[in-house]
Amino acid sequence: MPSITYREALNQAHVEEMERDDSVFLMGEEVGVYDGAYKVSKGLLDHFDDSQWRVRDTPIAEYGFSGIGVGAAMAGLRPIVEFMTWNFSFLAFDQVVNSAAKMYQMSGGQYNVPVVFRAPGGAALQLGSQHSQCPDPWYSNVPGLKVVAPATPRDAKGLLKSAVRDDDPVLVIEGELLYNTKGEVPDEDDLLVPIGEAEVKREGSDATVICHSKMVLQALEAAEGVLEEHGVDVEVVDLRTLRPLDVDTVIESVKKTNRAVVVEEGWPSAGIGAQVVDDIQREAFDWLDAPVARVSGLDVPMPYARNLEKLAFPSAPYIENAIEKVCYIEDR
Amino acid sequence: MATKEETPHAAGHRDLLDLPEEEHRDLLRQMMLYRRFEEKTAESYQMGKIGGFCHLYIGQEAVAAGGIPQLEERDHIVSAYREHAHALARGMSPETVMAELYGRVDGCSKGKGGSMHLFDRERNFMGGHAIVGAHLPIAAGVGYRIRYREEDSVVLCLFGDSVMNIGSLNESWNMAAKWGLPVVYICENNSYGMGTEIDRVAAVDELVDRACGYDGMHATAVDGMDVMAMREATDEAVRIAREEKRPSFIEARCYRYMGHSMADPAHGTYRPKDEVDEERENDPILSYLERLDDAGIVSQDEYDEMDEEVIDEVEAAAEFADESPKPDPEAVYEDIYSDAFPHGIDRRDGFRDALE
Amino acid sequence: MATKVVMAQLSPTMEEGRLVEWKLEEGDEVAQGDVVAEIETDKANMDVESMGEGVLRKRIVGEGETVPVGATIGVIGEADEDISDLLEEIESESAGAAAAESGGEEELAAAAEAGAEAGEAGEEPAGEDGGERETAGAPAAGAGGPSRGDGRLRASPVARRMAEEKGLDLSRVEGSGPAGRIIKRDVEEALERGAERPAAGAPAGPSPLREERVELSQMRKTIAKRLSQSIGPVPHYYLTREIDMGRALELRAELNERGDRSVGVNDLLLKAAAEALVRHPEINASWDGDAIVRHGSVDLGIAVAIDEGLITPVLRDAETKGLEQISRESGTLIERARERDLQPEEYQGATFSISNLGMMGIDEFTAVINPPEAAILAVGKTQEKPVAVDGELEIRKRMRVTMSCDHRVIDGAMGARFLDTFTAMLENPLEMLT
Repeated sequence: MPSITYREALNQAHVEEMERDDSVFLMGEEVGVYDGAYKVSKGLLDHFDDSQWRVRDTPIAEYGFSGIGVGAAMAGLRPIVEFMTWNFSFLAFDQVVNSAAKMYQMSGGQYNVPVVFRAPGGAALQLGSQHSQCPDPWYSNVPGLKVVAPATPRDAKGLLKSAVRDDDPVLVIEGELLYNTKGEVPDEDDLLVPIGEAEVKREGSDATVICHSKMVLQALEAAEGVLEEHGVDVEVVDLRTLRPLDVDTVIESVKKTNRAVVVEEGWPSAGIGAQVVDDIQREAFDWLDAPVARVSGLDVPMPYARNLEKLAFPSAPYIENAIEKVCYIEDR
Repeated sequence: MATKEETPHAAGHRDLLDLPEEEHRDLLRQMMLYRRFEEKTAESYQMGKIGGFCHLYIGQEAVAAGGIPQLEERDHIVSAYREHAHALARGMSPETVMAELYGRVDGCSKGKGGSMHLFDRERNFMGGHAIVGAHLPIAAGVGYRIRYREEDSVVLCLFGDSVMNIGSLNESWNMAAKWGLPVVYICENNSYGMGTEIDRVAAVDELVDRACGYDGMHATAVDGMDVMAMREATDEAVRIAREEKRPSFIEARCYRYMGHSMADPAHGTYRPKDEVDEERENDPILSYLERLDDAGIVSQDEYDEMDEEVIDEVEAAAEFADESPKPDPEAVYEDIYSDAFPHGIDRRDGFRDALE
Repeated sequence: MATKVVMAQLSPTMEEGRLVEWKLEEGDEVAQGDVVAEIETDKANMDVESMGEGVLRKRIVGEGETVPVGATIGVIGEADEDISDLLEEIESESAGAAAAESGGEEELAAAAEAGAEAGEAGEEPAGEDGGERETAGAPAAGAGGPSRGDGRLRASPVARRMAEEKGLDLSRVEGSGPAGRIIKRDVEEALERGAERPAAGAPAGPSPLREERVELSQMRKTIAKRLSQSIGPVPHYYLTREIDMGRALELRAELNERGDRSVGVNDLLLKAAAEALVRHPEINASWDGDAIVRHGSVDLGIAVAIDEGLITPVLRDAETKGLEQISRESGTLIERARERDLQPEEYQGATFSISNLGMMGIDEFTAVINPPEAAILAVGKTQEKPVAVDGELEIRKRMRVTMSCDHRVIDGAMGARFLDTFTAMLENPLEMLT
């Protein structure tokens, strides 16, 4: 199995889907001539014979081009709309939330919107508060949307391909810090990862860490840490899709381990973790051996200073701490 | 620079266009239908049969009648929230529109949309959008698809004057002009964005001048109270879109006789009653009738006869709406996603328990 | 530096000693190890040896006087040393039970520090009055603490579910989680030990208890030190509770009707104590200098009056025994005690004692703790009394019990919670049998 980067995996997904279905096109800032702000769309314009209609460079006008994506999707195309980062999507929040998410219902099921919005989310390195946000819970709150947040190259490719083929609006939350990570991706044309299915990324018996996106890497690191230090065997559940949440996989794991730590990069208030904890308490109450712990980014706008940023980011040591807590291991 | 043509609002009504008599009669009847439909809507609203925000079209009939019926079947319409008449003009039946206002299953959006969200896929009637300015880029997106597929259909996008000051207008027009999207943008300038007179908030004397900033965009201002002028201007804009693949802007200068919505009085604090009365002298239906009468096409008696028919038609629509069933409780989870409503979500909200 | 000469504990059972004879006059020189006085213990006459050197500066206790173990009987110091502070301190110690080892300045400072620390933690430093006030805020002993501190049983949902499935009585399981929460591993361990729910009247089964050494917190050290300075090495205080014995007596009558062996009130008291101690392992404990030992079994001392005085046979592993077995074994023990037939191991090493003078017409009294036990329960007679019940006056059979507690081990609130459980057992006697 070839090992490629998350970035290459996404690029492959674009090429494959755009070749497979001529109603698929990519639009966004710098996606064409510039090869993509993060080079995800590298070579696409050339690959599609310089067709501006297939690979469309837009002005900096998030509201406008995301609305164009919605309209084109209503009219039967399958646009992939790239925001340079999710932080810029807030200029287009209305189009995502009020137009894309509502159209199918307010038209009584007549106009579905098969659009994909994709961008990197969360913190990268010292980008400051306005460029370091996690939109995950905000969009996951909205009925009518589907939200995926792949952690590995394989999932990135498989989920993006599924998102393109989905008949409803799907948001793909990528990670700037993930683009260069490598992983094995099966060399097959139709690698599809179903939307709405979590995956156990590491099997374990003592506690379940539920996470997604970048946090999967942190959780796997924390799992090795507590194994070495305390012999605690952690199961890591990668949600992969944030809406709809795969509650079954979470519950199955928690029933097995009796302990759960829910991790997300974003802020704690009304976060993804809050929803997961709610599902756990409702569906696995009688299996819990400890209160469910949460790990999240600190409840502050992301500061610029390197040391403060590191502090505010929910890295593996925070997760290890939480695992120790739910396993009743004394604080270090 | 955009091409700009002037047709001043105060210039009075044009002569009748050279159309078959039957077509003139139909246009008049259309406008009469919109008027009676909205009057019935107001009545039903007051009886509590219609809820929520409900914006009436009375006074602006010439825009819908002059701009919509002549479109081809393959063309598209994307509208805002004062769109009952647009739907009727597009050929949607008064029954399905009224049933939608009533929130019933036979409504054009199955009762899920309401007054502000009328849709009819069969007729390419693409809403019914209630966020001011949001549908301008959506219309451009439909235009994108037309160019993408190298088709010759066009998109008609209707909105009110308050949109002239919103950012999405610039973003949409800029891309539509730059990429050559076949969209006809029609601003129904009824002078008031809710209660705010457009002159108080727009830093431009003539709204049509806004289009000057977009190369290749055709722009014109017309008397939106004159169905003939409206028709002529729209035909030209549609031709440009269809043949020349570029967008247009029509500022249709019109007037709304009713309040902004059913929650408002007809004039209120923001405009004098005299002004409304004065504008009523310029009623788009009556002034058209006058010319048709002069031309010997429609007499007052014929008009009265047509009026009876139209009243019967909207009464029947209201009756139909009243008898249409309310949506089944199970329908609450339908039409949110193209596939099944996600299990993980519907089992956490206690819906089934509450039903039992 | 001046040192105290104290009434030393010279036998395992010695609580007090009589000073038979001073071997030195005030002013006599004394070297370490010199015999200072002769003491009569409960067993024999013994010599008290000096722990310091210098001269005997002061005889505190006169010949023939009896003082509790740990009380200061004299002071040794340099000939010209000013011992007035020390004498003042000794005098200020509460009457008859004074005790202090070496009240050095360093330790006092440490105690103050500990007190300050405790204060910072939002808890008052232990005072010497031994009342409820300073103990109410004390934590119910960290991780290994009782899971029913506030009267409710703390257990994780999965622990509850497993216990229900396996028929395990969680009240018999000690929680190792925060605030004594019973967690999955506790249930698993309990199941491994086979602590299933016993049938009525059947033996209670294997002991759920484990011997355990609980490290001393600073607060605990301070409480121990300060209270020991105050009223002797075993700082007593007393908690009294009146118990409604109506249902217990009914139950006894019922049991006696159908059983072939007669069950006495005493047997019910023993059973109730055993059950309550399982639920409050912090009472079934001993002071051990640098730690508190929680015992791995409930060994009940039963105070028995004999002609020569008092002896306390021990009912071993009471927590594993059913009422019938308790009744049978305690009967035998008491009988053999009266016949002076007991071996030393049969009257030594109890973890908790009960002294019942009810049959001798005593309404209520206080008993003296038998170290290293941390508590003794003094039982008065059951008598009919008018009692207000739901606003109505009723005649009820009431019994008063007074528990003497070692304050180094048991704080007021801890003792009160134990008595609460003990009372509940007797007032709802079926609960302790099922």
